[in-house]
Amino acid sequence: MNIDWAHFTPFASLAGGIILGVASAIFILVNGRILGISGILGGLLPPKSGDSSWRVFFLLGMLAAPTVFHAVVPVQYITAPRMDASGWMVIAAGLLVGIGTRYASGCTSGHGVCGLSRLSPRSLVATLSFMGAGFVMVYVLRHIL
Amino acid sequence: MLNKNHLYRIAEFVVGLLFGLGLMLSGMTDPGKVIGFLDLFGTWDPSLALVMGGAIMVGFFAFAVAKKRTATFFGDALHLPTHMDLDKKLVIGSLLFGAGWGLAGFCPGPALVSMADGQPKALVFVLAMLVGMLGFELMDRFVHAPRKAKLNAV
Repeated sequence: MNIDWAHFTPFASLAGGIILGVASAIFILVNGRILGISGILGGLLPPKSGDSSWRVFFLLGMLAAPTVFHAVVPVQYITAPRMDASGWMVIAAGLLVGIGTRYASGCTSGHGVCGLSRLSPRSLVATLSFMGAGFVMVYVLRHIL
Repeated sequence: MLNKNHLYRIAEFVVGLLFGLGLMLSGMTDPGKVIGFLDLFGTWDPSLALVMGGAIMVGFFAFAVAKKRTATFFGDALHLPTHMDLDKKLVIGSLLFGAGWGLAGFCPGPALVSMADGQPKALVFVLAMLVGMLGFELMDRFVHAPRKAKLNAV
């Protein structure tokens, strides 16, 4: 196995991961909710009365993140995102992620972070399944096609 | 005067902001980094394993506490998942999600943050994702629910 040392960011990724963990911890212990993006967003389609404002305020906070990030982090430390997928691939990917996460009742945050943290067998199966499918998809795209 | 509801709304916003910042710092909002992690047989970028590891390290303790409680720190309902069944929906849904994740390098959270960061393809992704989610809702309501009701009626 070859490690991509040029792009490996151990400290930023570990620190970012810890922040994700802290956010999930506050959300369950203070707000009493699982921090799962697909569930929070999907619960607004359609919005149900009495069960919408917590979702909206969480999402607004998330959407404010880039503004705060750019105000705090100097430009030279920010690397531009790399996006290789074509427009049609992005549309197909979005559809798959939308349908898939709702069928599975969770995505990388709800199953991957919160679910594995609470040692849920369901979330372990979900995480192994979506990671496995991700590995296969990238293998096919990069090494077969 | 701020009441409890206002404090909850503030907490939700702050947690959302924190989560978005964590995603940006960790590199999850860079699809190239996600694909680099999923590319086990190319040049592999292990960063994402550290993101998950760091998050679970903290989350493990938080949920250990949460599982022992019946209410939040402020005495309100603590919503922990109750589903236990390993069904087809869980596996097939996750496989579809993983395929889409590998295809573009976005999962729901990073896609929303990247859209707010002004990335045009993230906007396209989010719109398609919302269509997919709505598609699921419609299927659930008009195909799955009636079928289930029919089975229960028999």
